[in-house]
Amino acid sequence: MIEKIREKMTGRNRKLMMIGVMIVGYIACVFLAEGNLLNRQMKSLIVPLGINIILAVSLNITTGFLGELSLGHAGFMAIGAYTGAIFTKYVTWLSPFPAFLIAILLGGVMAAIFGVLIGMPVLRLKGDYLAIVTLAFGEIIRSVINAMDVTGGAKGLSKIPTYTTYTWVYLVIIVTIVVARRLLHSRQGRAIVSIRENTIAAEAMGVQVTRYKILAFAIAAFFAGMAGVLYAHNFSILKPDTFDYNKSIDILVFVVLGGMGSIKGSVIAATVLTILPEVLRSADDLRKLLYALALIVIMVYKSGNGKEMISRLLKKKEAV
Amino acid sequence: MALLDVKDLGISFGGLKAVEHVNLSIEKGELFGLIGPNGAGKTTIFNLLTGVYQPTCGTILLNGNKLEGKSPAQICRSGVARTFQNIRLFKKMTVLENVMVAFHNQVTYSLLDGMLHTKRYRAAEEEVRKQAAKILEVFHLSEEKDVLAVNLPYGKQRKLEIARALATNPQLLLLDEPAAGMNPNETKELMDTIQLVRKQYGITILLIEHDMKLVSGICEKLLVLNFGTELASGIPEEVLKNPEVVTAYLGE
Repeated sequence: MIEKIREKMTGRNRKLMMIGVMIVGYIACVFLAEGNLLNRQMKSLIVPLGINIILAVSLNITTGFLGELSLGHAGFMAIGAYTGAIFTKYVTWLSPFPAFLIAILLGGVMAAIFGVLIGMPVLRLKGDYLAIVTLAFGEIIRSVINAMDVTGGAKGLSKIPTYTTYTWVYLVIIVTIVVARRLLHSRQGRAIVSIRENTIAAEAMGVQVTRYKILAFAIAAFFAGMAGVLYAHNFSILKPDTFDYNKSIDILVFVVLGGMGSIKGSVIAATVLTILPEVLRSADDLRKLLYALALIVIMVYKSGNGKEMISRLLKKKEAV
Repeated sequence: MALLDVKDLGISFGGLKAVEHVNLSIEKGELFGLIGPNGAGKTTIFNLLTGVYQPTCGTILLNGNKLEGKSPAQICRSGVARTFQNIRLFKKMTVLENVMVAFHNQVTYSLLDGMLHTKRYRAAEEEVRKQAAKILEVFHLSEEKDVLAVNLPYGKQRKLEIARALATNPQLLLLDEPAAGMNPNETKELMDTIQLVRKQYGITILLIEHDMKLVSGICEKLLVLNFGTELASGIPEEVLKNPEVVTAYLGE
């Protein structure tokens, strides 16, 4: 009986703690964005940083939970970005708040629809083949946007209203993280993870593999689409080139570095890797090199081989 | 009517006829043994029954409903569950989660319920947890419920596989060498558990096994396979005296 109460309490306490963390996080955001702590350059990083967190957490649903490598995540971001931007540009009779809310949802839904459409043929493949095909689809999306009139083609879209604020970004981050976490504790999420763990056994336990692969893909696309809308309304210009495969790889690096399947890891990795290039700006020419070097060092160290390698190196010295 | 009725089942891979002209009739509640030397086609028959392979000829009826042509997930839902010869657990999920996955089709709350943690979600999840814990108890796995499946000792992994299969609420349970790699004590304990489960849940079991002694001890009927075809079938005493069976196992 007492144990039961304690269990319930910890459950409730955890919920309270989570809400507390959310509020503290937001207050921190306000301080950083409004206070004098950061210079202008750093302040301008807050929104892109948040967008990267959303992208990383959402890709983690495909790559970490489902266990399939997707190299076309920027494609879904592009679909959301253009959908949202075209909506707010042409639906001017709505006031900013409802217009932006609808734009965000619309961008997400559109990306999710494409996630399902692309997922249906693509997710019959596995592993390397799947990765290559997602890469191809990401590029196809970019090329189609490049060729269309309504998207402004290669010139891109401009004069998109700049509705994105850190508050909006923060809200979408919260929704993304809560959904990702709750997914893990639902029957649908368990089905998705079981596919990663052993597809044949999952099928034998009655999990419709293709359906749940598509579901994971669509949820990931949904949040990537929302991130795209936030991105579009931050800079007020959109160009198809932004969403090339380099962007997809960047997002994948967040996920891999943070740890496959770890939401916390994705958040931390996205944060560190968004700030790092700015911090390294003073190094000028060496910037890209240092960034790459930092990546390698973190990866090796994180994989657990780092300590081993160092100790081996030290041992060799001793032997000599 | 038999629970499982297999007629003239066969499959060829290219020119190789892996299984040919196999007939199998299992009554409700029976414990049926499928034996034969290595490569006789025992696991292939399991794969045919569970939709992993599609038969090139023959019919499979469960309660008079056709199983051939259905996907593994559909076959699971119609009441056939299985374990695997080379253990296939969800390694990086906990023991409890492994069993909870198997309840997938017995709970029906929507994705939205799961996202909003509605009453329906909470009630269903609690029920699944309770049921899963109950099954783990039968297999003496309660203490390990929060352990990752990969960290279980071998014997317990085998048990967990059976527990997981049982959690899909099957009418027919297919066990592929459940005692493989176990010592005599573990084997005996496992067989007792299987008997217990069979009584408690009233299910029918089809079992692949190498160990003749073990099979004749608990199975009520046997089918002996050799080179993909039926060698003999019937009650264990008769089957094991059959000179052809002796030859297949021991040589001339």
